Amino acid sequence: MIDTFLFYVFALLALGGGILTITRRNTVHSAIWLITSLLGVAGLYLLQGAEFLAGVQVILYVGGIMVLFLFVIMLVNLGQESRQKPFTGQRWIALACIAALLVQTLLFVKAGSGQFRLGEPGGGFTVQGLGNSEQISRTLFSQYLLPFELASILLLVAIIGAVVMAKKRI
Amino acid sequence: MHPITVVHYIFLSAALLAVGAIGVLTRRSIVVILMSIELILNAVNVNLVAFSKYLGNINGQVFSIFVITDAAAEAAVGLGILIALFRNKETVNADEVDILKW
Repeated sequence: MIDTFLFYVFALLALGGGILTITRRNTVHSAIWLITSLLGVAGLYLLQGAEFLAGVQVILYVGGIMVLFLFVIMLVNLGQESRQKPFTGQRWIALACIAALLVQTLLFVKAGSGQFRLGEPGGGFTVQGLGNSEQISRTLFSQYLLPFELASILLLVAIIGAVVMAKKRI
Repeated sequence: MHPITVVHYIFLSAALLAVGAIGVLTRRSIVVILMSIELILNAVNVNLVAFSKYLGNINGQVFSIFVITDAAAEAAVGLGILIALFRNKETVNADEVDILKW
């Protein structure tokens, strides 16, 4: 019961924050609403027992990426941008595409759950009696060790790329 | 009230993805376009975590960690490009960067 209520609260935070993010004229307001949306998603993770991901979401997205966004907004000085029109001329084409997506989703709803099957629900996590973080780390450092190392290379490339592009003279 | 199933999460994820896609397609400011990409990646993560819980398999949450890593890398590189663009063209609007158009 309380889970149902909390789901709708967090879903409202995530969706409402997202909608306000893409409709505000002022970019700083967009960033603040995106933080709201990201916190709502973190709440959804908590609701599903993914505590580690909720922590990563708050620390990395809200603490890291959004600060980066706010720094860049400050650097490029978007003062006069908020007075221009915020949407491009192709917005009607875009909205038509999204309407088509909506119609498809409604067709799925209309067909009912008998028409397509989800997989069978599993009995629980593979290693019982371990916390969420321990399960993730055991999988990450055994089964997904190579992708984990590749992710570190990806981050290294991203650091070098960001520094090179932000430099005045290479 | 009905209990929350995986289908609720799928539809929430679809809605978040649609909002992010509208943002990418309609906004002029590149900063807001990058924020919309973050919204889309979050929609993917909601789906992965919901199925991880539903199937009783931790792999979905491990995949979400990789998606978050990619989002961080993408934000860093995207904002670096944005700063370089602002230095060279004095604009952050996507429709004013049209030197490849004819």
